[in-house]
Amino acid sequence: MKSNKIILVLLLAAALLGLGRAASAQPGFDEAVNGLAGQSRSAIIDSLKALADLGDERALAAIRALEERRLLAAPDGRAIIVGTDDTLHYADTGEPFAGERDGLDAPVINNRVRRAIDRAEAVLQLVAKDPAQRLEAARAMAKAPRPEAAELLRAVLGRETVPAVRDALTLALALVDMNSGDQEVRVAAVTKVAGSGNPAFLPLLKELVRVDEAGRPVNGDARSVAAAKAGITAIERHVLLVRSAQNFFYGLSLGSVLLLAALGLAITFGLMGVINMAHGELLMVGAYATYLTQNFFHSHLPGLETWYLAAAVPVAFAAAGATGIAMERSVIRFLYGRPLETLLATWGISLLLIQTVRLLFGAQNVEVANPAWLAGGTEPVAGLLLTYNRVAIIGFVVLTVAFVWYLLNRTSLGLKVRAVTQNRAMAASMGIRTGRVDMWTFGLGSGIAGLGGVALSQIGNVGPELGQGYIVDSFMVVVLGGVGKIAGTIFGAMGLGVVNKLLEPHTGAVLGKIVMLALIILVIQRRPQGLFAPRGRVA
Amino acid sequence: MFTQLRDIQSNRAWAATLAAGLVILVGVPLLNQVVPAGSFLHLPDYLVILLGKFFCYAMVALAMDLIWGYTGILSLGHGVFFALGGYAMGMHLMRAMAGQGVYKSNLPDFMVFLDWKELPWYWLGFDHFWFALLMVVLVPALLALLIGFFSFRSRITGVYFSILTQAMTYAMMLLFFRNETGFGGNNGLTDFKHLLGFSLQEPTVKLGLCVVSGAALIGCFLLCRFITGSLLGRVLTAIRDAEGRVLFCGYRSIHYKLFVWVLSAVICAVAGALYVTQVGIINPSEMQPANSIEMAIWVAVGGRGTLVGALLGALVINGAKSWFTVSYPDLWLYFLGALFIATTLFLPQGIVGLGGVFKKWTTKTKESEDGTRSYVRLP
Amino acid sequence: MALEATYVYLDDRDLVDVSHRTLLYLEAVTVSFDGFKALNDLSLYVDDGSLHCIIGPNGAGKTTMLDIITGKTRPDSGTVHFGQQLSLVGRNEAEIAALGIGRKFQRPTVFESHTPFENLELAMNSDKRVWPSLFYRLGGEERDRIDEVLALIGLADQRHLLAGTLSHGQKQWLEIGMLLMQRPRLLLVDEPVAGMTPREVERSAELLRSLAGEHTVVVVEHDMAFVRSIAQRVTVLHEGRVLAEGSMDKVQNDPRVVEVYLGE
Repeated sequence: MKSNKIILVLLLAAALLGLGRAASAQPGFDEAVNGLAGQSRSAIIDSLKALADLGDERALAAIRALEERRLLAAPDGRAIIVGTDDTLHYADTGEPFAGERDGLDAPVINNRVRRAIDRAEAVLQLVAKDPAQRLEAARAMAKAPRPEAAELLRAVLGRETVPAVRDALTLALALVDMNSGDQEVRVAAVTKVAGSGNPAFLPLLKELVRVDEAGRPVNGDARSVAAAKAGITAIERHVLLVRSAQNFFYGLSLGSVLLLAALGLAITFGLMGVINMAHGELLMVGAYATYLTQNFFHSHLPGLETWYLAAAVPVAFAAAGATGIAMERSVIRFLYGRPLETLLATWGISLLLIQTVRLLFGAQNVEVANPAWLAGGTEPVAGLLLTYNRVAIIGFVVLTVAFVWYLLNRTSLGLKVRAVTQNRAMAASMGIRTGRVDMWTFGLGSGIAGLGGVALSQIGNVGPELGQGYIVDSFMVVVLGGVGKIAGTIFGAMGLGVVNKLLEPHTGAVLGKIVMLALIILVIQRRPQGLFAPRGRVA
Repeated sequence: MFTQLRDIQSNRAWAATLAAGLVILVGVPLLNQVVPAGSFLHLPDYLVILLGKFFCYAMVALAMDLIWGYTGILSLGHGVFFALGGYAMGMHLMRAMAGQGVYKSNLPDFMVFLDWKELPWYWLGFDHFWFALLMVVLVPALLALLIGFFSFRSRITGVYFSILTQAMTYAMMLLFFRNETGFGGNNGLTDFKHLLGFSLQEPTVKLGLCVVSGAALIGCFLLCRFITGSLLGRVLTAIRDAEGRVLFCGYRSIHYKLFVWVLSAVICAVAGALYVTQVGIINPSEMQPANSIEMAIWVAVGGRGTLVGALLGALVINGAKSWFTVSYPDLWLYFLGALFIATTLFLPQGIVGLGGVFKKWTTKTKESEDGTRSYVRLP
Repeated sequence: MALEATYVYLDDRDLVDVSHRTLLYLEAVTVSFDGFKALNDLSLYVDDGSLHCIIGPNGAGKTTMLDIITGKTRPDSGTVHFGQQLSLVGRNEAEIAALGIGRKFQRPTVFESHTPFENLELAMNSDKRVWPSLFYRLGGEERDRIDEVLALIGLADQRHLLAGTLSHGQKQWLEIGMLLMQRPRLLLVDEPVAGMTPREVERSAELLRSLAGEHTVVVVEHDMAFVRSIAQRVTVLHEGRVLAEGSMDKVQNDPRVVEVYLGE
């Protein structure tokens, strides 16, 4: 079956090159290769055509050598290739040439020969085993479409499986067909291209609908212009859809980052009302915990190194949680009910943490490597690239939210937390040790911040100032979502992420961020309780 | 009018103010210029610059105290007002040296570097010193009015206002970091040559600026005294303690808050303008959220709700900062961080609340009917 | 709003027509919240210069009635008049306050870092705009007025202490004093003696009694002993309407009142 197809291709290739006559008397490969070292240019051209007909990739080396004047004619008429290391080999068998190089001549080529070389290369590459080579060849065909290539392209297209190569072939074929004398073929070609939804064909279609001053189409007839116009609309709609999906994905992943940064704060600030300005530094602690875990795996468990990230999750949670509990016990618990003082004291704590990290690890950023399994991505639809690290962050945030939800709604601690935040005095009179609950709640919020740090270490620099960049964003997310509403924080973060990414193409990253901040400020003016908090009750 | 002015503080406080004025306006120039360089009493040029900077910081502390200490509104955006005042002055200084930059162009160097062909519209007018002064006051006042109006109208109070102003600070910082904004990007405005024809490199000019800053500080102090001693000042404190009750008494508290908020921003901006002439550079890092919070801690350390405390706090902390960052740079942040924590935990009244010397300045004791002693502010 | 009200005040105050010796008229007032009738066809008259007590069990509608008078809540039907001519329905709280109706809430709020003297100064009827307040100087007349009220509320000796250091009872009196600084025609006082010591209750009774005459005072209270000690006229509310009215003795012996209170 397969060999049949190959033969078909070869036949078509022969047709393309106008060598039907030569094809019937197929010369052998050796003969054709050696013909490249022929004396007359027409003989060389004939050999090139023959090689193209044969479709043997081995010929490419000889053809390229000819092009670069590294092909020499041996005294016996056989072709010799000068390798890049200046060794001499026979072009047909590959055996070394024993004789002297001196006195051997390179065949003289002119532009006519060069054109033949190009075509032969294109044909050979179109059937090459390496998809990249096929793609290159297909693109080369598209660049200079020739009517006689149509049959070959059709045949190759029939057995091509790699989408990118198919696109290039379709384009090349359509380009050929669009100039066909047959109107039906032209319209069919345009419709085919238009239906592909591939933005790569947009310039071509646009060229087709171009009109001259009198309003007449420059290229093609009315029907193909109409088909092209429909195609442009369809492709543009498709492109917009894909781009929106891509932006939405970027927005989701940015929202996930924001949510990871803010989720801990939604607990410490949202539920407990503690203005923790050192929240960003808890993220930093989580990131440095990830760094230390990585180093530990590197030196002690080299075999498992790519899986250090999984171990970093509990480590970061514990490190940041412990830091948070220490903060709560030593400072914050004395300042409950005095939010402005808490703000200043926790700012002081953040300075201490930053300076400590600076002294321990240096002021420079540290290297946190992305594990191999997070590299790369998948492209389910052309133009929609989902990188694995972004997918992983979205997945991670889902797990984290589920973890928080479980803790708050399905455990005894969660019950107590909700009791204490709703009515502290009543909870205390029920025998709940509210001080303990405060401590564990703050520890939980801080631990979640540590988890955020793990994620942040994978997408940005890990340095002492890591937290400073997130503190404003985190507070904005929590306030926007409505203080005291975890669900609000989730919507707030995702909404911010998506809107930000939709704004970015129009405004640029920095201005987009400024616009976002301005928008949030406006929203908070309108709804001080946050977007998603129920109206009426001031948190 | 005169008696009203005289009555804003006690005779003893007036004596102290005048003494401080003498030291700044006469003492500093004498010690710097007349006392020979080798003498123990000689005030070196670098200390003159440092003093000038401190005077500007002290003005900021007064502004911060008005809005936070007296009115109970913690602003984390005063760094922006300070920087905006500084930028307005810096823009004039840039225009004053047009044609004397590295590129000898009529445009500021950074614009030449960005290949801009003409001055953006918002730079027009800054050739004139009076216009720059006007902008030093107007731009921060307008921004403060805008933010204040919308926030106070929506009854945004407490930490929400703080967070909001911090977000504003952050956004402004990002805006000024951009080259396209037209204020020199992250390098800011620098390499100033002269102000009103005086070379800014001359030590005597620097001394002059230091004295002007000192005078501005004293003026500012008296203004704040006047305000806090008036009925308006008492309304502000009442707003801090029980705003609902203030409304009930028939005061429109939003007007009072806007007044003191805008005034505070303007004082800050004037300080920023004076600051830039002395340090010779203004860049967006002045707008870092950290700077604004540091301003709050000057007031907290000195003592909220007392003007002397704010002054003291600014001088003490900045003095400590100058010393630490030279002698023990690694320890400065530890010191500052510990200060934040210790002040809020153990010293809610600040240095002034430490008792002793300073308490006598601002309070007197009175024996009450039932024998308890309470501290009473001087009227 | 409050600003305009201050100007209204000077003119409207004189419009209060008490030629029939009645200051406050509530007629057929009905308010319902989600179907529950907090006030049900309530009619009540308060004589000018009287000290009128409102008592009643929980949910009788006492606080709702105060809310109606001060404009916090609007009645579904019925009329409220201040004097014969002025209708209060449809006016906002600030306007009503400016007409001379002062209300004291249960929990005292005074300016704790100001002295009682300054508290009264702040509460005084003066130009409340920003600029005038910056240049405001206390005149001899105003000083006398403050001294007078300080003496009345028994805080003359504490005039220069910080209000934050006052006892709970003293804060209550200071707050009444702050209301008095606005020279109200009608003073609404909500549970003034809750949480007070017996001696403070006694002094509160004295204070309220001394206010009657010059001011009209309406007191809402639970404490029957206190009501007995001050009231000239008592109205018993029950389920949003008047159950009984008259002197304390008359009310106390009313069998319906006994039933409501004992039946509880």
